[in-house]
Amino acid sequence: METRVLELRKNVLNKNDELARALRARFHAAGVTVLNLVSSPGTGKTEFLKKTLTALSARGLRVAALVGDLETDNDARRLMESGAPVRQITTHGCCHLDASMIERHLEGWKLEELDVLFIENVGNLVCPSNYDLGEAVRVALLSVTEGEDKPLKYPGIFNSADVAVITKMDIAEACEFDRLVAEANIHEVRPGMTIFAVSAKRGPGMEEWLDFLLELRSPQTLDVMAFADAGRRPVIS
Amino acid sequence: MHELSIIYSVVSTVTQAVGDQGGGQVIEVRLRVGALAGVERDSLLFGYDLATQGTPLAGSRLEIEEVPVTIFCKACNCVQTLAGVQSFRCPVCHEPTGDVRSGRELEIASVEIETGGAEVHALPQESSNKGIEGGAHGNASA
Repeated sequence: METRVLELRKNVLNKNDELARALRARFHAAGVTVLNLVSSPGTGKTEFLKKTLTALSARGLRVAALVGDLETDNDARRLMESGAPVRQITTHGCCHLDASMIERHLEGWKLEELDVLFIENVGNLVCPSNYDLGEAVRVALLSVTEGEDKPLKYPGIFNSADVAVITKMDIAEACEFDRLVAEANIHEVRPGMTIFAVSAKRGPGMEEWLDFLLELRSPQTLDVMAFADAGRRPVIS
Repeated sequence: MHELSIIYSVVSTVTQAVGDQGGGQVIEVRLRVGALAGVERDSLLFGYDLATQGTPLAGSRLEIEEVPVTIFCKACNCVQTLAGVQSFRCPVCHEPTGDVRSGRELEIASVEIETGGAEVHALPQESSNKGIEGGAHGNASA
């Protein structure tokens, strides 16, 4: 049997990556900063995002959100209480959001009229890891109820993210949560990662998070984040 | 991760690539899977035969090259290979480093196809002992 070998060197998820690159370029051209929030189910993404949208709107930023769930539009309804435009992506079984879903659900929105777009991913610490959504910043969240070793159990997603947020700090003591150990574990799998610890419900820590977001929108940061290769997320040091 | 949908993506990409080259029966597909890719080797192998039925990849072998995580250590000024994915520190000087150079791959490296013609374009084969091994290490991300 005569055979030949084709050297492909092609990413299995290249279709998603191509779409994500196009989205990233579109976001950049429109001047909108996009964040992708990933976590386990129940970490508190929606409450955290609702408070974030409300606070940023109060500071005059034009914000919007896309939220992914297998079923229901409950989270979109909750987020809409902030007054920001929100769309629900219902995946009916798909365990992650991908670039094609983002593209479809942006139809009709004028991105140049937005400052910040948040994407709340499906609650899942495994699959979203490999799916670029064209975001500028990936935020990995974990709550005090999940244990300090969560990052060690899910190194892939934490290593792929730029920023970590520890949520539900108001009940940290009740959970006997050791914040220093959690932060050390986060830094083991993602050295140098910026970490916030917040209670979205009660308020502590949210100011620092909002300051970070405002800093992302400063002219200096926007300059730094202007990148030539739309295939790579800018690195935040 | 959902290895079956990964295989379907492989089928789609390989089918197109083979078609672009004039067609042919696929003999082998070689994947490179990084330790951080979150894809489990045994699950890929398990689903491959079923998922490729009725496609140009039917009956082909799936070879998986596992790619370890490598990092660049500024202190040592060189690339080092990590033993695992739990600690992103240089194995020599133990300095933490976020500069990952490999380990995130989920790539179709090559496809071997049967040719009907007289010309043979077979490229030098890599050693085949990277193929299916017993006791493949489990991926911690499941």
